Amino acid sequence: MNREIAVVAFAQTDHRRAGEELSEVELLMPVLHDVLARTGLRTADLDFVCSGSSDYLAGRAFSFTLALDGVGAWPPISESHVEMDGAWALYEAWTKLLTGDADTALVYAYGKSSPGSLRDVLTRQLDPYYVAPLWPDSIALAALQAQALIDAGEADEPALAAVAARDRENAAGNPHAQLRGPVPHGDHVVRPLRRGDCPPVGDGAAAVILAAGERARALAARPAWIRGIDHRVEAHALGVRDLTDSPSTRLAAEHAGAFERPVDTAELHAPFTSQEIVLRKALRLDGTVRVNPSGGALAANPVMAAGLIRIGEAAARIHRGASDRALAHATSGPCLQQNLVAVLEGDPR
Amino acid sequence: MSKEPVAVVGVGQTKHVAARRDVSIAGLVREAARRALDDAELTWADVDAVVIGKAPDFFEGVMMPELYLADALGAVGKPLLRVHTAGSVGGSTALVAATQVAARVHRTVLTVAFEKQSESNAMWGLSLPIPFQQPLLAGAGGFFAPHVRAYMRRSGAPDGIGSLVAYKDRRNALKNPYAHLHEHDITLEKVQASPMLWDPIRYSETCPSSDGACAMVLTDRAGAARSPRPAAWVHGGAMRSEPTLFAGKDFVSPRAGRDCAADVYRQAGVTDPRRDIDAVEMYVPFSWYEPMWLENLGFAAEGEGWKLTEAGVTELDGDLPVNMSGGVLSTNPIGASGMIRFAEAALQVRGQAGEHQVDGARRALGHAYGGGSQFFAMWLVGSAPPDA
Repeated sequence: MNREIAVVAFAQTDHRRAGEELSEVELLMPVLHDVLARTGLRTADLDFVCSGSSDYLAGRAFSFTLALDGVGAWPPISESHVEMDGAWALYEAWTKLLTGDADTALVYAYGKSSPGSLRDVLTRQLDPYYVAPLWPDSIALAALQAQALIDAGEADEPALAAVAARDRENAAGNPHAQLRGPVPHGDHVVRPLRRGDCPPVGDGAAAVILAAGERARALAARPAWIRGIDHRVEAHALGVRDLTDSPSTRLAAEHAGAFERPVDTAELHAPFTSQEIVLRKALRLDGTVRVNPSGGALAANPVMAAGLIRIGEAAARIHRGASDRALAHATSGPCLQQNLVAVLEGDPR
Repeated sequence: MSKEPVAVVGVGQTKHVAARRDVSIAGLVREAARRALDDAELTWADVDAVVIGKAPDFFEGVMMPELYLADALGAVGKPLLRVHTAGSVGGSTALVAATQVAARVHRTVLTVAFEKQSESNAMWGLSLPIPFQQPLLAGAGGFFAPHVRAYMRRSGAPDGIGSLVAYKDRRNALKNPYAHLHEHDITLEKVQASPMLWDPIRYSETCPSSDGACAMVLTDRAGAARSPRPAAWVHGGAMRSEPTLFAGKDFVSPRAGRDCAADVYRQAGVTDPRRDIDAVEMYVPFSWYEPMWLENLGFAAEGEGWKLTEAGVTELDGDLPVNMSGGVLSTNPIGASGMIRFAEAALQVRGQAGEHQVDGARRALGHAYGGGSQFFAMWLVGSAPPDA
């Protein structure tokens, strides 16, 4: 089905350590108003709405139901929700637009990590019988991956520190980022990862509007056309995976057409410095590609929204003419278990 | 370019029970998936993508369990999507999978939904106190009972209608080998004498708490042509949502439900649902929701739904059979309950429903709802391809 679909607008919160005075709806509403205002659309104009969030961050069942208050779902809307990062909500909306049943879609995601201990909460993602009872936390698992990378001779601690320094330097130009500019690399949290190798814990939300064909051209001066998007998952058990590689990222990139022509920009959802090195290799990104001009997840990592933000940041650069062909990546699960790759392009200038 | 027609060529369920202590969560979902593939005479290698759904992660205590289930679902190296739209999720999950085929993104998609409720207590899992929010009060029953009472007052329905629904559904379940409750000694008097839980809802008019999974194989025209058994064709599908609480919300007949049905009927060319649809699997967790949804879905005029139930129209041998499988009242693995409705509708038009088959069913509706009567998912399936 040859239907051109584009990201026509993107909005996000200023990501902060704790938005404890804000409910999820209060976190989300300004972002929804912002993204709608950028297109002049109202909720009633949207053909489809899809969101991503996690009950485990909110600490309650059905936490996403109240987010509908922020959307203003009256009269009733055609709507769906994934218990995944918002990048996968965008994927679902993209399939809906491809069928021709919808010409516009709102995609949003939000996460408040601040109420709990995120590294402990994420242990609940692990195999409930064999691994979760041991409570191996997310930083410890990322440290296993980083050590594997070092043991394979593909990185050392200074190389990891260089990733952190470059991303946060990039973030100096991003008013939404939580960590902007140089931050101390700090002590080891779990060897070999130091504080600076880890993402900040923060709350945030993001929203994107998708539109098809002529509708996209009417809503944005320079739509960011989705030339390809695909996602793949790997085995769950860390012991059966090569943690120094990301075959699911490579496979998703192949299916998304990422290797057909070079990209000029890549927004990678790598919460840990070591993971950015793994992803650069899997995606064959060389020195000519601008990686994480927003600062990436090392500058702001609102869980469940951080992947959607990568697509939004890549699209926004195309909107403003700073990129012509960009790759956006999102991840989920321990040590990059599941990965999504989108390739976005602007019309020739 | 028009949408690709979507066919259901495989259906699989577990035997639903109160507690499947013999299998892990992975074992449960794999059992249903394996049966769906067997029904379609396909292997894991024939599946292009997997779409999985379940209700809140707190029901098993596993955050985003699809990550851990990737291996069991044969999804490694493939796209895996996890849907969660509250109680309607089983239906929504099937619709998301159908959209991937309709959009020609994938040719053959495995869709699975499950709940292993024995891992926790769903009623109290739903009753966490949330600051600044109306408490749910002892689970879903406490939330829905006042809306049932409002329906009774509005429609003038006599007190006994709910018991008739429960008596019918529990008897239908005796003809369904996968149903959780098999009450061989059920009588109307026993239903009427069962304890009052949430007035006016009695114990026997309430859904059980089940461990179970359901799976379907969805495919395109070419896939359907290779199917060893008749396919069910998707003639229409839609989702609608509205907020949980707001001034003017009609909990008895929510507008999102009416709009969702209207969208499905428009896609399927249904002008008179009562005449054009042969059988219905609707989401009835508390008996009174049968007459309420009969009205909401357009099978009866407002205030008239209970008369169909009372007259026996919704019996297995009635003019409009409802919940031939025994419904949610006999089987409720929450996250799977919507998909079971969709799958049972498909079984009917494929002529594969066994003892609870409605003779000559050509078009059947699958219906699911969730949250505070706010999330709706429906599909209409037929024995013939759309526009044929």
